[in-house]
Amino acid sequence: MSKKLTQNPLEKTWGPWMKSRLSQRRGSSVPQFTNSPTMIVMVGLPARGKTYISKKLTRYLNWIGVTTKVFNVGQYRRDATRSYNSFEFFRPDNEEAMKIRKSCAIAALKDVCDYFTRELGQVVVFDATNTTLERREVILGFAEENGYKVFFVESICDDLEIIAQNIKQVKLSSPDYKDCDKEEAVADFLKRIECYKMTYIPLDDNKDRNLSYIKIFNVGSRYLVNRVQDHIQSRIVYYLMNIHVTPRSIYLSRHGESELNLSGRIGGDSGLSPRGAKFASALGTYMRGQCISDLKVWTSHMKRTIQTAEALGVPYEQWKALNEIDAGVCEDMTYEEIQEHYPEEFALRDQDKYRYRYPKGESYEDLVQRLEPVIMELERQENVLVICHQAVMRCLLAYFLNKTAHELPYLKCPLHTVLKLTPVAYGCKVESVFLNVEAVNTHRDKPVNVDVDREPAEALETVPDHI
Amino acid sequence: MRGSSGTKLTHQPDRAVCMTNCPTLIVTVGLPARGKTYISKKLTRYLNWIGVPTREFNVGQYRRDFVKIYKSFEFFRPDNEEGLKIRRQCASAALNDVRQYLTEEGGQVAVFDATNTTRERRETIIQFAEQNGFKVFFVESVCEDPDVIQENIVQVKLSSPDYTNCNTEEAVEDFLKRIKCYENSYETLDEVLDRDLSYIKIMDVGQRYMVNRVLDHIQSRIVYYLMNIHITPRSIYLCRHGESELNVTGRIGGDSGLTPRGKAFGKKLSQFLETQGISDLKVWTSQMKRTIQTAEALNVPYEQWKVLNEIDAGVCEEMMYEEIQDHYPLEFALRDQDKYRYRYPKGESYEDLVQRLEPVIMELERQENVLVVCHQAVMRCLLAYFLDKTAEELPYLKCPLHTVLKLTPVAYGCKVESISLNVESVNTHRERPENVAVSRMSKEALLTVPAHQ
Repeated sequence: MSKKLTQNPLEKTWGPWMKSRLSQRRGSSVPQFTNSPTMIVMVGLPARGKTYISKKLTRYLNWIGVTTKVFNVGQYRRDATRSYNSFEFFRPDNEEAMKIRKSCAIAALKDVCDYFTRELGQVVVFDATNTTLERREVILGFAEENGYKVFFVESICDDLEIIAQNIKQVKLSSPDYKDCDKEEAVADFLKRIECYKMTYIPLDDNKDRNLSYIKIFNVGSRYLVNRVQDHIQSRIVYYLMNIHVTPRSIYLSRHGESELNLSGRIGGDSGLSPRGAKFASALGTYMRGQCISDLKVWTSHMKRTIQTAEALGVPYEQWKALNEIDAGVCEDMTYEEIQEHYPEEFALRDQDKYRYRYPKGESYEDLVQRLEPVIMELERQENVLVICHQAVMRCLLAYFLNKTAHELPYLKCPLHTVLKLTPVAYGCKVESVFLNVEAVNTHRDKPVNVDVDREPAEALETVPDHI
Repeated sequence: MRGSSGTKLTHQPDRAVCMTNCPTLIVTVGLPARGKTYISKKLTRYLNWIGVPTREFNVGQYRRDFVKIYKSFEFFRPDNEEGLKIRRQCASAALNDVRQYLTEEGGQVAVFDATNTTRERRETIIQFAEQNGFKVFFVESVCEDPDVIQENIVQVKLSSPDYTNCNTEEAVEDFLKRIKCYENSYETLDEVLDRDLSYIKIMDVGQRYMVNRVLDHIQSRIVYYLMNIHITPRSIYLCRHGESELNVTGRIGGDSGLTPRGKAFGKKLSQFLETQGISDLKVWTSQMKRTIQTAEALNVPYEQWKVLNEIDAGVCEEMMYEEIQDHYPLEFALRDQDKYRYRYPKGESYEDLVQRLEPVIMELERQENVLVVCHQAVMRCLLAYFLDKTAEELPYLKCPLHTVLKLTPVAYGCKVESISLNVESVNTHRERPENVAVSRMSKEALLTVPAHQ
């Protein structure tokens, strides 16, 4: 007895089930490896980068398709206490405050439970100091009761300069210190750290040998990794070991305008138009003006990105993984032709542009999986210029700017515009630099009517102009 | 990728990231029977497979070549001047070969497999590396579990050339005394004293790791790999989907369903797996109909991987070889000239496939018992990883339909059992023809095409 296989019309995946199941399927390109929900629990004194790591890790996991959320206990505390007075709140002998702090942690844990059971989250990052054995026991007990896996991430740093830098970057602008002058704030925060130091018990090599954890020393010069349990923990460890905090910028740009761009055709492997060549030259001038030491330049394997890089006159690396999304049977077509030959496909794409896979082609979801090694290497590197394509650039940008799968396929990445990304505080500063060379617009917004039975005119409403 | 030119000018690797600018010297550290050679060989196999020319240099082998006959553990006594002299000479000879491999033979990574248990010896190596412009990365294996050590001795030491004329008890006793010779002078990599070195310390077969100062991409990849491998006994089953409709018509690629014979294979596969009595078997397929149909017959949960899809033949998808010769004779000849690197127009090459499959290999290393239902080219790539085949051999590995390959790690390698499930099918294996010149006759090109409808 063989069940009949049907192919899901949106993602083009085969299965012995109909469309209804697919709403539960997450990530059709790669199997899901988390069975039980996982709690990543931060450990460390204040100003050791816990929130930085929490946010970054969450951004990465969400991007690769693992639904993740941060729960910052400090935020619960701010909501519960209305206004911050001074470091005295954090004194270990301040019983009233201890009560409040404990109830905040419990409230956060309750929300963690809701996130896992009601919102079907896969990973939670529990961002707090968690510096005492007692607090960690509470968390472990909670996790065991609920069947969650626990992975600790401890950040240990005694480099005073790094700590001072952290305080400057993210603490001075905290709501806790909004009415203080700089010196007062720093003095108070340092006293706050002292309060925690008195009761801080780091994860112990011996006593905690049965726990799963990574200890990060001095912003990554050393790591201690204990009992990695599964795939997701292994990926988390790999990611944490590749990120750094050295200041740098990442430049994202598309190739110069191509011949196929001009005629409104998607995909293919055409060369640059005259304006595209002009852009390449302008890009060279702009990059030289940035005066970057040791800039790495990456392109795809497609002619148009390579032609663009050639004009820069510097060494560059080609990545096949940076190739434009494969439009399968729709390669080299105009949107008008796609509407004519594949009206149903065209509508399905508008219904769910992230998961939609072209027949014999790829989806944005596939692209993200393909680009993960690029992101990992971008994290390792310092100053990099990536010359790529519209869909690819949208995926990379979504990672840096924490955009959802929903927003990703509609991010604006116009030709002849460089996006300069500079990490700052907990996020990324973006500068959009148009290099003053005209180009066609290739951005097609989501039309109002996405029904399969819509009129061609409705489908083609948002198609940008072309020859 | 052994056999490819080491200089980057002659061939633009698809693996765009320049793995290493200067060559890397990986140096193992640890007492005997701690898995250094196991790790060295495995790591070398992995790096070569992903396209980083790597070779291991086992100093013990140099000693065996020099001393010819091993008498006893006394050779390793720290007060045996003669023994020390010979051992130092062997280390130097090995380092000399390392230098030649990395500077003249296009090697990118050399694995220096020896105990290297004293700071003094490691300092010598560091200076050697500095003189030659090599980066150094230490891999230390620390283990005090007597069961693990005993198992190691049984698995790989008893069969060593050193003990060919000993019985088991004598060999074990001698080897334990040998370990003792090293113990007194053993200086483990130290958090403080060695804080400027780049290394990974593996403790208790991977329960815990200490990683210090990872300098570049290749070291980061090495650490990730080492942290994912394990030695728990298990088997990996590789097979192709059952015979497909396109298979019988001699067409490549496409996304067709199974023939009746192909479906019969699915049933036989299910029965076979039952006889294997495997606890907790994971089943993986591609996202193509034919592998999924095959897995469906097993009536167990399975996971679909898009990266397990068959090689994309681009413009040649769904063509017969005769049609390819007809429409693209030049392409057909180029493919025969270098089947590993050849990329179909708008398609992929075997080299691309390997890159695509790397996460599968990584996850296979993490897992235990797994059945992978895939495709001919994909299976060749996976098999080449486990059996340490070169890029030249890989595209011609025999992976017939309706045959399961059971791979079981043993000692330093992999035992392969080929099990044909006795269901007839077409042959899809095309050997390399004699004449690969672009100017060849059609007949010469099609000489090795297997029979089909």
